[in-house]
Amino acid sequence: MLAALGRLVVRQPLGAAGAVVVLALVAVAVLAPRLAPHGPKETGFAPYIAPSAEFPMGTDQVGRDVLSRVIWGARLSLYVGLASVVFGITLGSLWGVATAYFGGAADAGSQRVVDSLMALPPIILALSLMAALGQSVTNVILALTILLTPTAARTVRSVALGVVATPYIEAARASGCTHWRIIRHHLIPNCLASYIVLMTTNVSYAIVVEASLSFIGAGAPPDEPSWGGMLTAGIQALETAPWMVFFPGLAISLAVFGLNLFGDSIRDLTDPRLRGGLG
Amino acid sequence: MRQYVIRRLVLFVPTLLGASLLVFVLMRLVPGDIAEILVYQTGSESSTIQKKQIQQIRAELGLDRPVAVQYLAWMAAAARGDFGQSYTQRRPVRDILIERFPRSLELAGLTLALAVIWAIPLGVVSAVRQNGWLDYAARVLSLSGLSLPLFVTGALILYGLVRLFRWIPPLEFVAFTEDPAENLKQLIWPALCQAYYISAPITRLTRSQMLEVIRDDYVRTARAKGLGEGAVVYRHALKNALLPVVTFIGWWGGRLLGGVVIMEIIFVVPGMGTALVQAVSQRDYPTVQAMIFVMALVFLLVNLVVDLLYAWLDPRIRYA
Repeated sequence: MLAALGRLVVRQPLGAAGAVVVLALVAVAVLAPRLAPHGPKETGFAPYIAPSAEFPMGTDQVGRDVLSRVIWGARLSLYVGLASVVFGITLGSLWGVATAYFGGAADAGSQRVVDSLMALPPIILALSLMAALGQSVTNVILALTILLTPTAARTVRSVALGVVATPYIEAARASGCTHWRIIRHHLIPNCLASYIVLMTTNVSYAIVVEASLSFIGAGAPPDEPSWGGMLTAGIQALETAPWMVFFPGLAISLAVFGLNLFGDSIRDLTDPRLRGGLG
Repeated sequence: MRQYVIRRLVLFVPTLLGASLLVFVLMRLVPGDIAEILVYQTGSESSTIQKKQIQQIRAELGLDRPVAVQYLAWMAAAARGDFGQSYTQRRPVRDILIERFPRSLELAGLTLALAVIWAIPLGVVSAVRQNGWLDYAARVLSLSGLSLPLFVTGALILYGLVRLFRWIPPLEFVAFTEDPAENLKQLIWPALCQAYYISAPITRLTRSQMLEVIRDDYVRTARAKGLGEGAVVYRHALKNALLPVVTFIGWWGGRLLGGVVIMEIIFVVPGMGTALVQAVSQRDYPTVQAMIFVMALVFLLVNLVVDLLYAWLDPRIRYA
């Protein structure tokens, strides 16, 4: 484990930096109740207090402590990002594996469904889903899951198609393995690398979409501490209270940057073609 | 080639129908339809009268029919270019589309042009000097572009403009045909913002494609026969590396019509995105359906063109 970490630092310095940011993000999210001086929905301070010793990031339009909301926002972002990626990518990957293995009319039909879902602009699809489902954190996760599933299905299907065509699958079939056994013991393990890459690269995407939804007022309810929702309120008061935009903006940028660096190096590590130098 | 074109065209129709059906059903699942909103707004006295009114409005708008019937009727009209009447704006949806579509199209086009102009050279340089400081700088730059969500860069730029130049987005939209300078002044900032964002994946893809191609045998051959590095990179490697990049740009280009929604909101551009967000919140089904339909149509059309172009450029695809 330590040796692997050492290798990561040497080979992927950017990725290691990303891992540090991700760890910090997780720590803030987990320790939010201890770190935050106030509750995320606690009001009662004067509105628009500029950053000071008492309120390091100021207060917002209804007198909530911005620092506390930024800290709780890490928890919300990470929760939504991880949950939707776990559900969406897993569901999509299984869908991709199954359609690639069985092929035929079901595969062709499912490809049309994937195409249709992907023809809709993601933010717009999420917006319509949220309108249909109603605004809550759980429904944001559900909407993001629906958004991520077709992407994963398409990617994993193409990987699985390659695996299905290999001789060892044919051999497994010839030796009388059941479909289930082939899928579980041969197909899924060989698709695992792309599954992991899809997971690590999409957490940041999910977090950005969550924040974007909140930003256009279609995400989590406005009193939830979403970084995107905080920015919307901040833009209304851009001239009087720029800190309302600055701090949540910084938080989400840092989080996404760290997650991207980390995900990127995971992808590079799993792709042997990118390791060597120039030929 | 002809077979490929036919196959690709055959796929186009069900995908478009599927997308429109999806949106149609989704909008029918939204709790609280326009009839309820209209009635509860006016606030009549008793609830039985309200219920009657709601049923009356639903019958007038045809909302009491089965969803399948509604969809077929909508599709038949849409095929003739008739998207119905907006519930809230009291004018045909087609008029709203004609007004809004060119604005979003212009913003999307400007964005894409700005992104491509600097993303591709950056990707090439990054690949040629892999792991050099320029590569690291380019990678960090493009990753930061990916990491700054659109609404963050948008908000920061807006803040800078307000603070430094006392510039606030004008409330009236000026068409390019009326006053090009004024029009560009309004659109250049959202376009730059979003271009920064989408140039990141283009740079990364260009880089990784170049890295792959540059190791190929024919590039070694080109070097071995004594060609200058510039000719090797630009005439031999880049041409092949760009193929997937072109597809990707096409994918993004088709996506942008709906993708500029956040920029439209921040910089107060009255395009399709802002109209769509408003229509969703007002349960204005005809407008929502038409807008999303057009967005999906453009996306699929652009993809179709790119795919066909790609197959024409690369014979391996059409025989696969």
